[in-house]
Amino acid sequence: MVKVRGVSKKYGGKKVVDNVSVDIAQGKITSFIGPNGAGKSTLMSMISRLITKDEGEVVIDGQEVGSWKSNELAKKISILKQSNHINIRLTVKDLVSFGRFPYSQGKLTKEDVKYVDKAIAYMDLEPMRDKYLDELSGGQKQRAFIAMVIAQNTEYVLLDEPLNNLDMKHSVQIMKVLRRLVDELGKTVVIVIHDINFASCYSDFIVALKDGKIVKEGTTDEIMDQDVLREVYDMDIPIENIGGNKICVYFT
Amino acid sequence: MSIRTKIGALAILAIVLAVLFMTIDAGGQWDYILQKRGKKLIAILLTGTAIAFSTVVFQTITNNRILTPSIIGLDSLYMLLQTVIVFVFGSTALTLMNKNLQFILAVGLMVLFALLLYHLLFRREGRNIYYLLLIGLIFGTFFSSLSSFMQKLIDPNEFLIVKDKMFASFNNVNSDILLIAIAGVLVTGIYFSRFNKYLDVLALGREHAVNLGVSYDYVVKRMLIVVAILISISTALVGPITFLGLLVANVAYQFLNTYRHKQLIAGASLISVIALVGGQLVVERVFTFSTSLSVIINFIGGVYFIYLLLKENKSW
Amino acid sequence: MKKTYLIAALIILSIVSLLIGAKTTSLTELLRLDPEQWEIMRISRFPRLISIVIAGVSMSIVGLIMQQLTRNKFVSPTTAGTMDSAGFGIMVSMLLFSSAGPLGKIAVAFVFALLGTFIFMRILDKVKYKDTIFIPLVGLMFGGIVSSATTFFAYKYDLIQSMNAWLFGDFSMIMQGRYEILYISVPLVALSYFFANKFTVAGMGEEFSVNLGLNYKQVVNIGLFIVALVTSVVVLTVGSIPFIGLIVPNLVTIFKGDNLKKNLSDTALLGAVFVLACDILGRVIIYPYEVPIGLTVGVIGSGIFLYLLMRRKTYEH
Repeated sequence: MVKVRGVSKKYGGKKVVDNVSVDIAQGKITSFIGPNGAGKSTLMSMISRLITKDEGEVVIDGQEVGSWKSNELAKKISILKQSNHINIRLTVKDLVSFGRFPYSQGKLTKEDVKYVDKAIAYMDLEPMRDKYLDELSGGQKQRAFIAMVIAQNTEYVLLDEPLNNLDMKHSVQIMKVLRRLVDELGKTVVIVIHDINFASCYSDFIVALKDGKIVKEGTTDEIMDQDVLREVYDMDIPIENIGGNKICVYFT
Repeated sequence: MSIRTKIGALAILAIVLAVLFMTIDAGGQWDYILQKRGKKLIAILLTGTAIAFSTVVFQTITNNRILTPSIIGLDSLYMLLQTVIVFVFGSTALTLMNKNLQFILAVGLMVLFALLLYHLLFRREGRNIYYLLLIGLIFGTFFSSLSSFMQKLIDPNEFLIVKDKMFASFNNVNSDILLIAIAGVLVTGIYFSRFNKYLDVLALGREHAVNLGVSYDYVVKRMLIVVAILISISTALVGPITFLGLLVANVAYQFLNTYRHKQLIAGASLISVIALVGGQLVVERVFTFSTSLSVIINFIGGVYFIYLLLKENKSW
Repeated sequence: MKKTYLIAALIILSIVSLLIGAKTTSLTELLRLDPEQWEIMRISRFPRLISIVIAGVSMSIVGLIMQQLTRNKFVSPTTAGTMDSAGFGIMVSMLLFSSAGPLGKIAVAFVFALLGTFIFMRILDKVKYKDTIFIPLVGLMFGGIVSSATTFFAYKYDLIQSMNAWLFGDFSMIMQGRYEILYISVPLVALSYFFANKFTVAGMGEEFSVNLGLNYKQVVNIGLFIVALVTSVVVLTVGSIPFIGLIVPNLVTIFKGDNLKKNLSDTALLGAVFVLACDILGRVIIYPYEVPIGLTVGVIGSGIFLYLLMRRKTYEH
């Protein structure tokens, strides 16, 4: 269980995240949505201890993030940021193997190798397992990074804008994988996402943020509501029901 | 060629050069020659490895292959110390002063300076490491301003003594100091060994490293201290060789083409030893001591490096 | 910081600068037109004042140009290898053309300074990670490499101490007949006024400026030409004065904001005032001896640079 209690973060006097409290539902996909500068990524980074928080606490399975041993926490929760630029030249297999570091500390056991192979298979990366990352397309690269997170085999998986720079086909592919992670493997997935229709079609819960505060949180059905979205985005967003999904038609 | 073969080839080359260095033109006086050259060779092995190791580690931490720990102002500080001693007490003081004391004083001062810098960096969150380097560099400029000023005032004969200190030299290594230096490097190395496993992960960058369970600040802080200690020891032992690390680390990356630090560090250290032993041979046999090894290495290292910068189109 | 204050400071400091020195001069004796006193003025004090003003003004302006062209507040002849390249050139001219006059030496130094600055700009193109802090770091390292090359040759030909003496900024050797070459900088500073706006546009990048109909390459080349020539002239006559081109424009920006055209005159004034003040300080602090300008500015300049760096962080985060 991930519980966020009264978390705040200031940058140069400006509160980017302001006293946010939220519970992340176990075994579900939760999406953080909101306009630019709402504090979604900052909140996610604080939950995953990438940045420190000024106030409040984040409790993961009954223990505050700061009091976890970093290595143990890495077996509980994983995060993938949107900019995954890596300076060194790695093959897909090398990258995914890094996901086992919390368990193996660099020396892969047979079991670790099994996990790596499974993760690669899960993301359909077998044909390119020995290719270098810089030889892959954007979508393949993103899948490789997600495979690494899968190999890390954590209960909680946090992804910061996983669809960034991906085309339609690859975006759908990634979202389907995330859905499977939850439905088949029982993971808890949290994503920061800009495309509200993807959030609507694939997530169970949505947390809407604006100016560092939570505007509203609830099931996808509750948040995909014209009044709520007006408050979040300051514009009128008509919602249509298409094929059983609520789709925002905000283009005109 | 597999990476193992490559490292093997480097090792053989290093050994051949070392044997050549020990035996060439020995002229029969084996006792004397072996002892004298042996000392030089040990000093080369020690500093070569220390510099190669610390540069690779430093570049991994900074995620940047065009930086070297030698630029954080340590060599300028060392030069300032030497200049001040000559300036205030005269050149005789530098020659008469207890060598061990001098060595420990120099190392202590450099490590202290590095610690102060790090303290400045880690006091607040969100500082990037380039900031630390730039501040170190500016202090370096400041120290060199002071030294150049004093060097201007020093009598030319006295200046010769300072000039000798300006350039790394393996010719007059003191055995006592060598022992202290070996002990220092060994202790630091043993201390570092528990962090070895983190190097590969750190190369992925801070966020990935944290995600994979590395206590980033804790580990990096200690690694940086180790780097500072090693650079200080080698500088105080033989003098500054600013661009050696840059040269050998980049040659190692290009030649070995791997991300595994065990191999990278082994390769870089061997290349470093090859460069120094080979260079020393050239200085002694070809130039007959008319130039200094460190001057040549800085020159070649610098030129190679500019070539790399201009040729490669990688992101740094 | 009003312009009038700067002008007033410049006038007062100039008078002070004329009056102090190893041989004390007093205003009253001067006004009595004491011929000996006036001789000192003519041979040493006026040349010194003029060279300080020219060096201060031109180095600051040159720094400002570089900052506009690279869009980076921390780029200057000191942090882009220009100074070190000029030094390399001087070393080459001492080795190969030792009989050449000052003009010849300047020509050689200029060629190398220009080359070095071009290489730095090429490196900038290659560096993808254009962090404000990272760029001057690369520049300083590049400068270090160039000066290690200088050392390589200087060591071989036993020129190290004389190179050090030569390159260390010092106004005390300035006398009539040894500084006039500095006047080359004056038309160059005027030229930079003329091109000011174009430098700003060029700094936005090649595509941006071509889109606005600017001959990008030409403007950048003119800028670098001015930078390299001014730096060589100053390094050859006075020696290297670190950080002026960096801190003066930055200080002006703090008070006035960013506007090249408006800031040019303030930068020029403050540059002159700053170097004058440092020079006077160096002359009185261990009177009757003097601390050379290279050291005073080196110390004060690195202090201010550090302050600028720290300050930057506090408001950016």
